[in-house]
Amino acid sequence: MATILAVDDSASMRQMVSFTLKGAGYDVIEAVDGVDALNKAKGSSPDAVLTDVNMPNMDGITLITELRKLPNYKHTPMLMLTTESSGDMKGKGKSAGATGWLVKPFNPDKLLATIKKVVA
Amino acid sequence: MSIDMTQFHGVFFEESFEGLEIMETELLELDFNDPGEEEINKIFRAAHSIKGGSGSFGFNEITDFTHVLETLLDEVRAGKHQLTKEEVNLLLTSVDCLRDMLSAARDKTEMDEEHIQSVQNELEKALGNKPFAKEENIDSNDSEDEKSSGSGWQIKFIPHHSIFQTGNDPLRMFRELEEFAEITTEINIDKLPPFNEYDLEECYLSWDLTLTTDVDEDHVREVFEWVEDECDLTIAQIESEQTNETKESELIKETEAATERRESRDRRKTDRRSGASTESSSIRVNTDKIDALINMVGELVITQSMLGQFGEEFDINNIDKLNEGLKQLERNTRELQENVMQIRMLPISFSFNRFPRLVHDLSSKLNKKIELKLSGESTELDKTVMEKIGDPLVHLVRNSLDHGIEMPADRIAAGKPETGTIHLNAYHEGGNIVIDIEDDGAGLNKERILSKAIERGIVKEGETLSDQQINALIFHAGFSTAEVVSNVSGRGVGMDVVKRNIHDLGGAVEVKSEEGKGSVFTIRLPLTLAILDGQLIRVGSQTYIVPLISIIESLQMKSESTKSIAGDAEVYSLREDYIPILRLHSVFNINCDSTKLDDGLLVVVEAEGQKVGLFVDDLLAQQQVVIKSLETNYKKVEGVSGATILGDGTVAMILDVTSLISLYREEAEFNKSSFINTEAA
Repeated sequence: MATILAVDDSASMRQMVSFTLKGAGYDVIEAVDGVDALNKAKGSSPDAVLTDVNMPNMDGITLITELRKLPNYKHTPMLMLTTESSGDMKGKGKSAGATGWLVKPFNPDKLLATIKKVVA
Repeated sequence: MSIDMTQFHGVFFEESFEGLEIMETELLELDFNDPGEEEINKIFRAAHSIKGGSGSFGFNEITDFTHVLETLLDEVRAGKHQLTKEEVNLLLTSVDCLRDMLSAARDKTEMDEEHIQSVQNELEKALGNKPFAKEENIDSNDSEDEKSSGSGWQIKFIPHHSIFQTGNDPLRMFRELEEFAEITTEINIDKLPPFNEYDLEECYLSWDLTLTTDVDEDHVREVFEWVEDECDLTIAQIESEQTNETKESELIKETEAATERRESRDRRKTDRRSGASTESSSIRVNTDKIDALINMVGELVITQSMLGQFGEEFDINNIDKLNEGLKQLERNTRELQENVMQIRMLPISFSFNRFPRLVHDLSSKLNKKIELKLSGESTELDKTVMEKIGDPLVHLVRNSLDHGIEMPADRIAAGKPETGTIHLNAYHEGGNIVIDIEDDGAGLNKERILSKAIERGIVKEGETLSDQQINALIFHAGFSTAEVVSNVSGRGVGMDVVKRNIHDLGGAVEVKSEEGKGSVFTIRLPLTLAILDGQLIRVGSQTYIVPLISIIESLQMKSESTKSIAGDAEVYSLREDYIPILRLHSVFNINCDSTKLDDGLLVVVEAEGQKVGLFVDDLLAQQQVVIKSLETNYKKVEGVSGATILGDGTVAMILDVTSLISLYREEAEFNKSSFINTEAA
């Protein structure tokens, strides 16, 4: 089954995302910020990356930029978790190479629907 | 798929409260004229996380409130908004507000809607928005040219060559369209280069799509939402039906419903019920500690099987091996015990953390300039002890702030720096944790204390007291009433309650002070509540335990040093002191080996600046004992703080030194008065 790399500095969000995805049969790799995610990404090959934007140590946009530099991740779908108010965040994300976004707050169904859009 | 979200609530609340603490700490240290980037980011992220989480878990009021807070913080960090001192205080108030909201959500009690709304309005004002009652987000689609559902759409989709670089794939988008439409496609391969120039990571294709569907244009556009700027997209309707009328009536219904909702929310009465703060009954433990524990249990199992084996093939010649095994067992148990206790230990920083805010707020309120110094925050103590020492600490700090530190003008007049200092320091000493609360304020006024004590009948006129004893009077019940700062959560806390709370924890508090210079309150606490280091003593056939923390020394008495004074009181002359002798056998009314003082031993104990000598028959071992409550199993007994079961199965009482001293003094008073009466008679 497909593997998702889920990055968020909020433990409750990580838990919710992980639980939802695993319940639908996905494998999940969790990371707490950009640095953690980059390390874990180098040692694995997830089918998609889901990342929050505002995180300490390395934010989501920087993470996406860095991931795109890795040969394995040139075409990996990468989704940002954004909030309604961050209008230009979507633009910034796309410029960094993000595939798309998922707007917070989201419910488990929306999460799964969005993941399905990018994972076969 | 329905998932029970409540399973994530616990973690959400925990991390949200932590986030609020970070916000508060950073706000208190913030230089509002030139806020540091990282500091503002920390505050922003904390608010952002709370907003996101509360939204995902359905706590909409918290989301709405935090949204305004977050917007303000976002503007500050973008350099668009200059913070003022008042706004920093407003942010601190918002943090408090959020705390209440989260507590209410967690404990399922009502939120103070009025207060929340007013703080929120203040935040809106700060943003330059007019304060307004929360409005329902009415769909703005009615302003657009609503293309009603027709029977299909014609789409021209020309992705830019680099579309794959963002991980997008036209194929997936078409699959998505297929979910609600029938598609026929016409592919355009005009842009395909010759094979030798073909870059596999580029997209050279474009499509004409014909969709048969009755969904609206927005729905179709949504599929291409992510790639809007990475493609050329044209969507044209194939057939349109005039269903504008139905759309309009739907819109009207929606607006009415929204207005209803808004009105009912404003109508709702606010029920002011303060949510009781439930102390969390869980501990975060470092996994290293758990691993160490598991290792130790492993060793224990090995030792146990070794001993078991010995029992199976009993051979008296192997007695050494048995002793070896038993020593091993003792080591294992001790290590295990120490490590398990360690798990309940948390750094005192958890308790100290509330003080920066407290000092900040109270010093503003009192118009005093006060600096708080914290040291020894990493000193560890038992979680329960820490939870219970919180209130007494707060009271002592408030006391220093209120009555210790002088007004800035007075300080300057006294040749002191304008800013007063309060220093909280924690450290380990002799198996206990010591917390010092030191201030460089006015110190205790001994004259005033003494006269007040005489006034209240606590001390008799003409009685001579040492400086230490005078200072200790402030802890006396009946002394503190007029000195209490008014709103300490309405729990009626006075210095005497502080002392009692500390005493209940098996600890002690004392004060050292110098007039004009300042005071130091010292709290001594055992590292744990469950186990006591004790000295076993014997009186007759009874074994008692004296807490080692109270023992000063033990000695054999010389009859020439004993003296009798008024009544039946006996004292022992030890160096410069006269130590009153307390005969345990008479207090507890039991037999003892001999009533002659020469034959027994004197165990000198101290509590609250008072020394007393316990007359006992024998000193036995020193050991750690597990404290069992007498109160829960029987009832409270004077002079006894608990009991324990010794290795041989007998029950031994643990002596309460403070209580014994009170008992002794009562008896001495009684004897003195009866002596006087008999004399007079």
